[in-house]
Amino acid sequence: MPYSEDWIERYSRHIILSEVGGGGQQKIGNAKVLVLGAGGLGSPVALYLAAAGVGTLGIVDNDVVDLSNLQRQVLHATPDIGRSKVESAAEKLQAINPDLTIKPYKELVTSANIMDIFKDYDIVVDGTDNFPTRFLVNDACVMAGKPLVHGAILRFDGQAFTIIPYEGPCYRCIFREPPPPGAVPNCSQAGILGAVAGIIGTIQATEVLKLILGKGKLLTGRLLILDALDMSFRETRIRKDPNCPICGQNPTITELTDYEWVC
Amino acid sequence: MSKFKVDDSLDLRGVLCPINFVKTKLKLEEMEPGDHLEVLLDEGDPIANVPRSVKEEGHMILKVDREGEHAYRIIIKKS
Repeated sequence: MPYSEDWIERYSRHIILSEVGGGGQQKIGNAKVLVLGAGGLGSPVALYLAAAGVGTLGIVDNDVVDLSNLQRQVLHATPDIGRSKVESAAEKLQAINPDLTIKPYKELVTSANIMDIFKDYDIVVDGTDNFPTRFLVNDACVMAGKPLVHGAILRFDGQAFTIIPYEGPCYRCIFREPPPPGAVPNCSQAGILGAVAGIIGTIQATEVLKLILGKGKLLTGRLLILDALDMSFRETRIRKDPNCPICGQNPTITELTDYEWVC
Repeated sequence: MSKFKVDDSLDLRGVLCPINFVKTKLKLEEMEPGDHLEVLLDEGDPIANVPRSVKEEGHMILKVDREGEHAYRIIIKKS
């Protein structure tokens, strides 16, 4: 048998699943996933993907761990305060699964570096916390043809959907432009219940694994919306917009732009 | 002696649930449809669980024989 005893035992609960098996687990091991943000969403996404055995996991974040992060950013602990988030994340993820290649990127994604970072990955997960980056990430994924798993959270609310460029709607098909700076509050102003980040992040991680396995029905063309106060999910059908400025028939966006970054 | 041809075999006596099923499943994945896999399993949970899980995956159990006092020999046909 080509599998090691440790490998069989570690992934046994995956292998048992008829949708996974040994072949599916090998696909997971060969996958290269980039997680943008090592914060509220990036923490559960990266923790579950590392535990699942995603062979190459890139983590991008330019921040350092702050005391106010620890209420929801479960990758980091009190002794990590002041450390770079990607360094703290890499240490935890490597401890969960020493077989993986964890690649930390301590930088902001910009129009200048995003394509270079993306080129080594099959799937991108958006765990960023601001509109300028979300639009940049969407546009870069569409241009590079990379699947993107989107998630966003605020207060008790969250949303998630999966973008398969040109097959289904992209972020810009629904939200055409970033809102004007200051028009929408962010988590530091509006608050966020920490556990809500866990719900949306684990949905994103599940979508990534389904993408890798090629199993199940993805959140493409469906925006999943969570109201955690009511503890209800609702689904809105979303369509690919033929006039979308990035993935439509006559795209007007042909190069990446950095939107004004005001927080 | 089994009257069935056997293409491969696994001795999983002493291997606990669910690792015995996991190893059976991984071996079946390597085999061709229609191939026969012989597996030795302990009495108790292993013989109660592994054949059932194998059937749930769509394979056929062709034969179950006792093997000594505390084990069984099963023949699986890969679907």
